[in-house]
Amino acid sequence: MAVTNNVARGKIKSIGAAQSPLLGAAMFSPAVLYIVLLVGGPFLLAIFYAFSDARIGNTEMHYVGLENFRSILQSPSFHVALRNSLIFTICSQIVVIVGANILAISLENTFRGRGLIRFLILLPWVAPIALGAIGWKWILDSIYSVITWVLVAAHIYKPFSAPMWLGEPSLAIASVLLVHSWRLMPFSTVILLAGRTAIPKDIPEAAAVDGAGFWRTQLQIVIPMMRPIISVAVLFGLIFTFTDMTVVYILTAGGPFDSTQTLPSLAFAFGIQGSDLAAGAAVSLFLVPVLVIIAYFMLRVAHRAEVN
Amino acid sequence: MSKGMPRSVWTKIVHVLVLGTFTILLAFPFYWMLITSFKQNVDLYTMENNPFIFNAKPTLDHVKFLFTETRFVRWLGNTAFVGVVVVAITLLLAVPAAYSLARLSGRWGERLGIGIFLTYLIPPTLLFIPLSRVVAYLGLQDSLWALILVYPTFTIPFSTWLLMGFFKSIPKELEDAAMVDGLTRFGAFVKLVIPISVSGILTVVIFTFTLVTQEFVYALTFISSESNQMIGTGIPIFLVRGDVYYWGALMAACLIASLPIAFMYNLFLDRFIAGFTVGAVK
Repeated sequence: MAVTNNVARGKIKSIGAAQSPLLGAAMFSPAVLYIVLLVGGPFLLAIFYAFSDARIGNTEMHYVGLENFRSILQSPSFHVALRNSLIFTICSQIVVIVGANILAISLENTFRGRGLIRFLILLPWVAPIALGAIGWKWILDSIYSVITWVLVAAHIYKPFSAPMWLGEPSLAIASVLLVHSWRLMPFSTVILLAGRTAIPKDIPEAAAVDGAGFWRTQLQIVIPMMRPIISVAVLFGLIFTFTDMTVVYILTAGGPFDSTQTLPSLAFAFGIQGSDLAAGAAVSLFLVPVLVIIAYFMLRVAHRAEVN
Repeated sequence: MSKGMPRSVWTKIVHVLVLGTFTILLAFPFYWMLITSFKQNVDLYTMENNPFIFNAKPTLDHVKFLFTETRFVRWLGNTAFVGVVVVAITLLLAVPAAYSLARLSGRWGERLGIGIFLTYLIPPTLLFIPLSRVVAYLGLQDSLWALILVYPTFTIPFSTWLLMGFFKSIPKELEDAAMVDGLTRFGAFVKLVIPISVSGILTVVIFTFTLVTQEFVYALTFISSESNQMIGTGIPIFLVRGDVYYWGALMAACLIASLPIAFMYNLFLDRFIAGFTVGAVK
């Protein structure tokens, strides 16, 4: 297909091929300028701050070398935040990708009520996450939690002896993980669903005719064919979770005792709440290496798709 | 298979079970918002009550409280205002840029397009600290204009990327024919390409608007006064007094603000997904 198309295009050497670089530049430069000024500029500024003693309310600042990084690396809350960021990101993506594959399989064929089911399943992703997280805060409330009520009703806990979901470090970490997985599963599901519908129907059908069962067809034929699309879902999922601060901020505000702090929420705590812009900027710069790695893999997926 | 039930029946049962479980898990918080919104406080705060049902008569008190005693309506208005202005700015900058990168700038444009897309990966949580200084320097603290200035930093990259995909899918021959008929390149863009790209542009409008409603970090950092909040920050911060959570009103607010956004997003979902997966789905 693609080859014949290219040949056809080559033959009819159209006027469209004659490019207009001047008009082109005039049309894209406002957007590029905006991004350079308000993304590129602040990004450099963040690096600049990380090596300074910038504080809110003080316009003077001085170069302090690696001082901020030294004090951050010695702070126990930074180690916790780094560990949490990695745990939340990686674990939630494992949950998400397994769940999303199962969900995508069950949503692939049309059935009555599919539209409604799809809408309900999508809610966690399409509703503002700040609001969804408040819903969870109420579900996980220290006294009136519905989960506690069910556990008490099932006689697993005596009244008033159930744990506080957001009050104990390990449970609070599990709760944040749960909400991140809940949030991103719909997103991955629809991406995988798009990948599934793009696979020609006759391939899995032919496998079935050849005697391959459902699981074999899925695991050995369909899922390998979907590798690029699964990568896309995972890479975006990693970015969204790794850079998110909303879930933690609303559920636990980093607590109890900084046990659920992540890099972004710690950057906020240092930089904005603590007025120490320099320390906050230095913490947030630790996001960059992971972002660069993810961007690299995204480019690879995009490049491969282009070659094919 | 036990009792010789036909395989298809089992498949169906498993299908319903799997789908049912996932749907309940994913939608439960919204059901919870719904039932909490209409429960009386005596019902909500009596631990012995079965929380899944109404133990006392449903009430509209929380919804009334939300609309009369809080700034909820104001926050909805703020969000709509910022949303509309950001949509306008995004379209103004992203539509020409996308067309230019898709059509006029050759390989170079392709690379620049990918570069713009990559800036979408630079998160607010990396930029909010320096941007707080920029906002302060411009005297925009606690002003909605701070958000209007900053939000296009994440709406433009993704919108440009989405639109590049749309413009590329329009056959070049169409514009060539128009140009042979005497239109200039820019004329062909305005009179021909934009009208046939209405659905793509509408997608960007909805996408931008929903991104604005979902943003949290910048609104939290730049806006401090109660009357200038967006819904995403006003609800979690200002519906709590000290340590007292008004759960009924909170849940009503979450539900009322979420549902319209969810509906809009849902309508255009397949197109957004196409933006995320350009190239990876063939």
